[in-house]
Amino acid sequence: MLGQALAITGINIRSIPERWASSLVIVIGLAGVVAVFTALLAMATGFSSTLKATGRNDAVIIMRGGSDAELNSGLDREQTDLIKQAPGIRAGSDGKPLASAEMIVIAELVRKDDVKNGANITLRGVDPAAFALRPQLKIVAGRNFTPGLRELIVGAGVLRQFQGAEIGRVVRMRGSDWVVVGAFESHDAHDSELWTDINVARTTFSRSGSSSILAALDGAEGFDKVKGGLAADPRLNVDVVRELDYFNGQTKQFRQTIGFLAGTVTIIMALGAVFAALNSMYAAVAARGKEIATLRAIGFGGVPVLVSVMIEALLLALVGGILGAVIAYALFNNLSVSTLGQNFTQVVFNFKVTPELVVRGLVIAIVIGMVGGLLPAIRAARMPITTSLREL
Amino acid sequence: MPESMVEIRNVTKVYERGQQKIEVLHGLTLDIPKGDFVALMGPSGSGKTTLLNLIGGLDQPTAGEVKVGGSRIDRLSSGELARWRAHNVGFVFQFYNLMPVLTAEGNVELPLLLTKLSAAQRRKNVAVALQVVGLADRARHKPRELSGGQEQRVAIARALVSDPQLLVCDEPTGDLDRKTADEILGLLQVLNREHGKTIIIVTHDPKAAEFARRTLHLEKGQLLEQAA
Amino acid sequence: MTKSSFVIANLFRKRTRTILTLLSVIMAFLLFGLLQSVNSIFSAGASFVGATRLVTQARVSFTQPLPLSMLPKLEAVPGVVRVSHSQWFGGVWQENTPLIAFAVDPLRLRDVHAEFVMPDAQWQAFANTRTAMIAGKLAAEKYGWKLGQKIPISSNIYPQKNGSKAWAFDLVGIYDGKDDATKGLASTVYINHDYFDEANLFGKGRTNFFLLKLADGNQAEAISKTIDAMFENSPDETKTQTEKDFNLGFVKQIGDIGLIVRWILFAVFFTLLLVVGNTMAQSVRERVPELAVLKTLGYSDGAVLGFVLAEAFALCLSGGLLGLLLATFAGALVEQGSGGQFRLSPDLKVWLIGVAAIVLMSVAVGLLPALRAQRLKIVDALAGH
Repeated sequence: MLGQALAITGINIRSIPERWASSLVIVIGLAGVVAVFTALLAMATGFSSTLKATGRNDAVIIMRGGSDAELNSGLDREQTDLIKQAPGIRAGSDGKPLASAEMIVIAELVRKDDVKNGANITLRGVDPAAFALRPQLKIVAGRNFTPGLRELIVGAGVLRQFQGAEIGRVVRMRGSDWVVVGAFESHDAHDSELWTDINVARTTFSRSGSSSILAALDGAEGFDKVKGGLAADPRLNVDVVRELDYFNGQTKQFRQTIGFLAGTVTIIMALGAVFAALNSMYAAVAARGKEIATLRAIGFGGVPVLVSVMIEALLLALVGGILGAVIAYALFNNLSVSTLGQNFTQVVFNFKVTPELVVRGLVIAIVIGMVGGLLPAIRAARMPITTSLREL
Repeated sequence: MPESMVEIRNVTKVYERGQQKIEVLHGLTLDIPKGDFVALMGPSGSGKTTLLNLIGGLDQPTAGEVKVGGSRIDRLSSGELARWRAHNVGFVFQFYNLMPVLTAEGNVELPLLLTKLSAAQRRKNVAVALQVVGLADRARHKPRELSGGQEQRVAIARALVSDPQLLVCDEPTGDLDRKTADEILGLLQVLNREHGKTIIIVTHDPKAAEFARRTLHLEKGQLLEQAA
Repeated sequence: MTKSSFVIANLFRKRTRTILTLLSVIMAFLLFGLLQSVNSIFSAGASFVGATRLVTQARVSFTQPLPLSMLPKLEAVPGVVRVSHSQWFGGVWQENTPLIAFAVDPLRLRDVHAEFVMPDAQWQAFANTRTAMIAGKLAAEKYGWKLGQKIPISSNIYPQKNGSKAWAFDLVGIYDGKDDATKGLASTVYINHDYFDEANLFGKGRTNFFLLKLADGNQAEAISKTIDAMFENSPDETKTQTEKDFNLGFVKQIGDIGLIVRWILFAVFFTLLLVVGNTMAQSVRERVPELAVLKTLGYSDGAVLGFVLAEAFALCLSGGLLGLLLATFAGALVEQGSGGQFRLSPDLKVWLIGVAAIVLMSVAVGLLPALRAQRLKIVDALAGH
């Protein structure tokens, strides 16, 4: 039976060039669906993975109680110092608690491709411990900022998407001038930020305390210790969140929105592709009515005929799906874009066409191919042999 | 001398197929009077269909004159020819006469859509035409529901509906069995004798000569004889 | 029968093929209608009011507050009729439903927002009750708030003096929009700024936005420049623009939605062109002898071209209109389901663009087959059986 099916399939496929227009319709239709699907989800994946990469399980972010973003949080000097002394925080190599007070200041830069609308960027003032807490962050050009001076280091993402922050440039923020002395790369959300010494930020912007504190946990019970210890202090009202969970939570909205968009668009496009595929396959079966009837008259069974039509549909769909995936990859993979993040500042990320996405796209192509091929295949198998031959 | 319907003077037709030039008709001269019923016969490739096409205004000669019903149709542009055809000629072909998507009525009405007749008038004319060919009861049927002979009758009705003077038929019985073919030829005869239509048919059917008034034989693009 | 019914009859020559092609066209225009509406939403905010009301924020980011002491200076600018101020409250309903909530001066709010419709008594109650709040009709319906209730709302930024972030306000008024466009935006909560200023633990006398009502909308750009020049090089540098530009700028920060939509629609219509074009081409190819017969009957070359184009148009028009209708339907459902928040239904502008697309598509898929029909020679076509 399989042999028969393969034999007929071979005949089918060899005649595709005669029906090249109809076949092209299936291929292009499916390429479109898969390309759009893959591109949209590559956006969501890229954004997610950038944020997910930010943050570890063994570090916590401590903010003012009830804030859900660093921007909304504010801790004064006293609170900042108290929090740093909380039990459960691992000690650094210098014996002091490995905790970094960090302050978020909103800055503005001009996009590379859209000069009219400026965009907000996060300026993060940090304690020296910030670097030890983020081992994946490396200075890749120039040098680190000097504590006490108005110097900045900029994330790689900032350099990709915005202008005016190259090494050596002077950035004007709220009436003060800052020099860019280096660039860093951490392959996560911090690549969208500008960093400086928190003390300089405090004095320049007349603020004290911090927006949040990042601290390393000491051992498995570290989280509970920190949380419990801070909750017990009546002077403090803070939220303690694992760094990983904090950033994970920020992706939810974006992922949901894109997911909804991608889902809706893909379903509608897929339906359109199914109709187009049905059309083409019906035409294919009709065009080869006599051949199929002849084969049946010779003795080939109905089921092998059905299978052969399905295989043809699947093959065309698969070719289309692969084409779509290739297009999505070629056009969009690693495309750098940015969108609004939690602090109303930009988060720079890349489209990411992952193998998993490609597989999902191909699965969609296969499903469409099957649905589009089934009814015509059944019709081909059921064609009355005699009528078709008579039409000769 | 009966009025002339068709006057062919020294007509030559040359086809170009790629680089090749094929001369199908050679300096043909021919007269067909009004009310005539002519059977054009000859072997394949003799040029009879080509001649028919020229008379019917479906094609134009490479050289020579074609005068039908007093008009020099070899001088008309393609748009003018179309208009001329609509009023002056009715066609019946061997295959593909009818639009499969329309009923018999609809098919017969097609030529009338080119006129300014109202819908009611069109319906009337269609009914009359179908009556003449004896298919009034099949008006609502689609071609696939009709037999071969009935399809040809509808085609004849359509050819008649604009009341042209000339009917041009290319192998109208070629696809029919003997009995049906005779019926169709009989119908054409009636149209000629009782309705005064000038009819020219190209045919392989030797029996057609019995129904026609005269037969013309064509061979290799030239007329052989004009037998009465 | 008429020429039109003949064209339509020809469409159904191969019924399955026509229906499947029609369905593909419907899907494409369904997507078109929905996506263009999404695009419209994001590039909207172009109501008359939005074009003539100015928004002044801190230059760098609206998340940074400005001192209220700026207000009289703003009002003194020639051409500015009235100024209101809005401070972002960071409101949260129940566990984690974010609210759009601002602390405002009630009467100033009323003056600057002529599009709000609310009974006078409710405005007065808002102004005279310290712990009052008013809410947009859509929000009130969505969360089940009734007039007279005390609504517990927390802030994720501002604690009360006692340190708690839980607040509560008396709902004394529900406002609605004046027309369809503004009705869709009636989901904001407003509380009394005086009370808020006094009762919160941090920051006094500040706001995030100043909204300026102008005497003459045409002066918008000039006045914006004047205001920003006034505060340049001060510790509170400003950025002033029309409300419409503010919305557009905000959307731009989210991303180039228009570009995404355009890419998707490009892919969709490119494919559709192929599908329908192929159908039309096949249809003409199969009918060559019939088209020749039409010509023998006296139909001119132009008439036959017309028939084919009409067929393409009939196909694209019915599919396109049905698709747009479906989009309108689906959009209305989404609107219902989201409590009026997402107005996804294609509006008149989208419909017009859709019809233009239908016409273009008809020509694109019909032209080549129509030309082929126009050019075919009777003699060759009939001989070829």
